[in-house]
Parts: sequence; structure tokens; C-alpha cells
Amino acid sequence: METYTFLREFADSWMLLLLFCIFIGVGFWVFRPGSRKVHDESANMIFRNDDRPAPEQEAKK
Amino acid sequence: MNTGTFNYIKLVVLALATLFTMIAASYARDLAYQVHMILFMVIAAGLFLVTLRATDEPARPTPTHEYFDSVVRAAVIATAFWGVVGFLAGTWIAFQLAFPALNFEWSEGYANFGRLRPLHTSAVIFAFGGNALIASSFFIVQRTCAARLWGGNLGWFVFWGYQLFIVLAATGYLLGGTQSKEYAEPEWYVDIWLTIVWLAFLACFLGTLIKRKEPHIYVANWFLLAFIVTVAMLHVVNNISIPVSIWGSKSVQVFSGVQDAMVQWWYGHNAVGFFLTAGFLGMMYYFVPKQAERPVFSYKLSIIHFWALIFLYIWAGPHHLHYTALPDWAATLGMVFSIILWMPSWGGMINGLMTLQGAWDKLRTDPVLRMMVTSLAFYGMSTFEGPMMSIRSVNSLSHYTDWTIGHVHSGALGWNGLITFGALYYLVPVLWKRERLYSLTLVSWHFWLATIGIVLYAASMWVTGIMEGLMWREVDANGFLVNSFADTVSAKFPMYVVRGLGGVLFLSGALIMCYNLWMTVRAAPAKASLGTAVPAE
Repeated sequence: METYTFLREFADSWMLLLLFCIFIGVGFWVFRPGSRKVHDESANMIFRNDDRPAPEQEAKK
Repeated sequence: MNTGTFNYIKLVVLALATLFTMIAASYARDLAYQVHMILFMVIAAGLFLVTLRATDEPARPTPTHEYFDSVVRAAVIATAFWGVVGFLAGTWIAFQLAFPALNFEWSEGYANFGRLRPLHTSAVIFAFGGNALIASSFFIVQRTCAARLWGGNLGWFVFWGYQLFIVLAATGYLLGGTQSKEYAEPEWYVDIWLTIVWLAFLACFLGTLIKRKEPHIYVANWFLLAFIVTVAMLHVVNNISIPVSIWGSKSVQVFSGVQDAMVQWWYGHNAVGFFLTAGFLGMMYYFVPKQAERPVFSYKLSIIHFWALIFLYIWAGPHHLHYTALPDWAATLGMVFSIILWMPSWGGMINGLMTLQGAWDKLRTDPVLRMMVTSLAFYGMSTFEGPMMSIRSVNSLSHYTDWTIGHVHSGALGWNGLITFGALYYLVPVLWKRERLYSLTLVSWHFWLATIGIVLYAASMWVTGIMEGLMWREVDANGFLVNSFADTVSAKFPMYVVRGLGGVLFLSGALIMCYNLWMTVRAAPAKASLGTAVPAE
């Protein structure tokens, strides 16, 4: 089989399916139980550390 | 490796670079290449002297307890400067189209429309937009990682290396050094230089992400990282070319025919998708919540927005090639993905706008926030218009007409321009530690001048574009075309004047902004303590 034909068939079958499943997976991952707390925390992170980097001892969380 | 050894390596590299560019300048086959090699030579020799003076001097310790903001300040100044240059060039060429006499005889071959047009597009997209993206990505990644920018002076290399790229690109266009690929005009050696700078940019950004002290990577950084990585990939693939000679600027593309066209518009549309959209969405997801002093409306939506945008945008390029040699299936694929893109685009717009939920009253008091919200409205409008224009039957009317130019400018002036102005108004008081902006009245003036300017621009281009499209397809009872091309040109004159006036308004707004930002640094009261960022109210 020609490289072009092979890639073309692979792209619009298995690769398409894989990418589609990854995308749906991301959707489920976002709405997983317990994500709300994490997301609230992330959304509010921009309101700290405005003036200087966090001190070193906090580094290892 | 200590600084001493590193300095010796730098000296060797700079000396060799000076020598090579000296030889190149004397062997040069064309003017653009010769001017650029002389420029490289002067810079390399200058850096050699500076490095030589610093060699074996005691190295200054790098502060780790503060952010690397000096490079962000420089990029903010560069954004404002290149913005004015780009808007001025755009306004000038708008009048050149309305009044062709402005293509002066004496400047023919250097400053006529064909030479100035890529200068305008590159100045606004890569110089104004690019510096805004460098400033905001360096600012945002440090704050959201709670860590100083990785790489020390590599940040300065990124900034000055990028300015050099801009100067090389702009002077190259005027002197005729171009490979004629839209938004990728610079020739091979400029492309190589940009690749080096861009990889350094990626290293700074990734390095900071890796040493972050916050457990999560804030969503703005995802968009900014996607922008940096994808632009690197697009730039390299679209610029695969073989120089005719190492002593000249001319090169030959490796792809040919329809493959070349497809690669070019895969690049071209994703430059829109990842440079002008993903990068600026990164700015939006940081500056809009900060200015509104509220977290983003839905963090979940922002994650879905990100992945949907990344998965879809990369396919949309073929819609630039309807009714060409490109196979129909590829054009249809591009069209379908463009239409699906409407959903993540509007999801993102809604996410940004709804961040103001419960704080809508701030729009009355805060013109900076008003600017950001208007930019989101323009984002929504142009991401509705774009998918519509990508539909094959609509495209048969709109393609090659001024409607396309109107669409681009409602996105570029409305979305990219206004969100950048909003970010600059946020950044300057924070970076120069001022209590507030110098004048909110002047921000309001800027807001209205820019908005009216965009409306004049977009409306006149809609009218002239649709008129042009209809005139081109008009046939009489016997099936003959009714209008010649010159008929459409003369019919467009009034709209071209209106477009030029829109440009004048947008440019004067930007000049007011520069004055206001200058006075903020010079005259606004300094911030008393280092508390949280001061909202511009």
C-alpha cells in the first residue's frame, strides 16, 4: 500500500477514533467527582503572589 | 559552567559571527541581504565589546526573591511603540488605496502599497501582538507559578532577539527580501533567527512552569504554552526552503503547487488560531479576572474551551482554498471544522463575559474593563463571521473581496487590539508600582475612538466587499459579465475613504494611550506599600 493511502486510511479511522475518545475523556475528567474544589482553588490562584515569588519553604507541596 | 567560561565561549561565538557576517556582507548578492549582514555585523561586534568588558568582572548575584519584571516592562514599551508604527503604516496604506497618488514616484519600489502592506501586517501581528504576548506570557507565568522567570538573562535574549527579527523583517520587505508567503514573508536566514529566539522563549516559559511553586498550572498558561509550541511547529514547517546561495536572501520552497498552498494556509490559519487566538485567550483568562477582581466564571468551561480549541483549530486551514486545485474533500473538511469551531469560540467568549457576573456595575466606573468586555464582544462577532465566511457558497461571494479584510480587522482591531490595550492599562501601574492610571477620562477617550474607528472600518468593508462580490458575479441577459474590474475599483472609493478615517480614529486612540501610559509612569502617585495589585478605578 502506498504511504499516502495508508496514512490517509489510518488518519480517518483509528487516529480519528483515538483523538475523539481523548476529547470525550477530557470532558469526563473535567466533571469528575471532587474536581470542583480543585478548580475553585485553581481559579483563585491568580489573586496571590502578585508582588514576589512564593518563599522557598512552601516549594515542596 | 561558571559565568567566566561562558563569557569566553560567547566571545568566540561573537567573534566568529562578526567575521562571517563581514564576509557575507561583501559577497552579498542583493541589497536586503547586504543590509542585514551589516546589521548583524554591527550588533555582533558591539556585543563582543560589551562581553569583553564584562569578562573576569565579579558576577552580580541574580535576585531570586523578586520577579523578573524589567524584561516585561521593556516588552510593554515595545508593544506600545510597534502598535503606533503598525497602525500608522495601516492608515497610510489605506489612504494609498483610496488615493493612489500617494504611491509617490520617488519612492517607487520601496514605499509603494505592495512593499508597505506586509510591513503593516507584520508590524501589527508580530511586532505589536508578539510583544504583547511576550510581555503577558512572562508576566502571567511568573505570577501564576509564584516563581521567577527561568533562565536568567535568556529572557533579555528573547526580547532583543525578537526586536531584531522585527527589524530584519520590516527592512527586508522594503528592500524586496520576501518569500511571498502571506504572514511568513521573511526569508530563510530571518526564519532561522526567529526559530532560535522562539526556542529560547519556549525554554524560559517551560522552565518557569517546571520550577513552579503552585501545584496547578493556571489555564492561561495552557493557552500560552499551546501558542508557543504550535507557532514553533507552524513556523518551521511552513518555512522549509533551500537558499539559492548562502550569500543571498533568495530561497526556493521545498513544497510546490497545491501542497505548498495547503501548507501555507495550514500555517496561515493557525497563525490566526494560535498566535492571535490561543495566545490572546491566555491574556484574557488572566487579565479579565484580575481587572474584574473575580475568578473566571467557570474553570471547567475554560478547560473544555482549551481542548476543544486545540483539537479543532488545526484543521480549519483549507477553507482559505475553496474553488482551487485543492481536492474538494479537503476544502469540505476545513469548512466543517471551521463551523464546529464556533462552539468553543463562543464558549470562551461567554466564559469571559460571565466573569463579570455580579460585578456588571464595574463597567460604568472602569473603562479598562469596558475595553476588555468590548474586545470579547468583537471576539464573539468575528468568530461568528469567520465560520460563516468559510462555508463554500458564502465564500464564493466573499473571497477576494474587501469583506475578508473587514473580517480580519474586526478580529484584529476589536479582539486583539482592545484586549492588548486593556492588558497594557492593567500592566503599567503594576509594573511601575503606581497607585493608579494617570487619567481614566483619557482611557474613555481611547475606548470610544478605537470602537468608533473599528465600526467605521468593519462597516465600510462589509459594504464594499459585498458590493464588489455582487458586481463581479453580475451577468446580463446574454450571460456576459456586466462590470469590469475597474468599475468595482471606482465604486469602492467612498468606502475606502471611510476605512481610512476609521484608521485615523484608531491610531489617535493609540496615541492617547501612549500619552496616558507615559504620564502614569511620570506623574501618577507611587504605590505606598506593596499590597495587592491596585485596580484601575
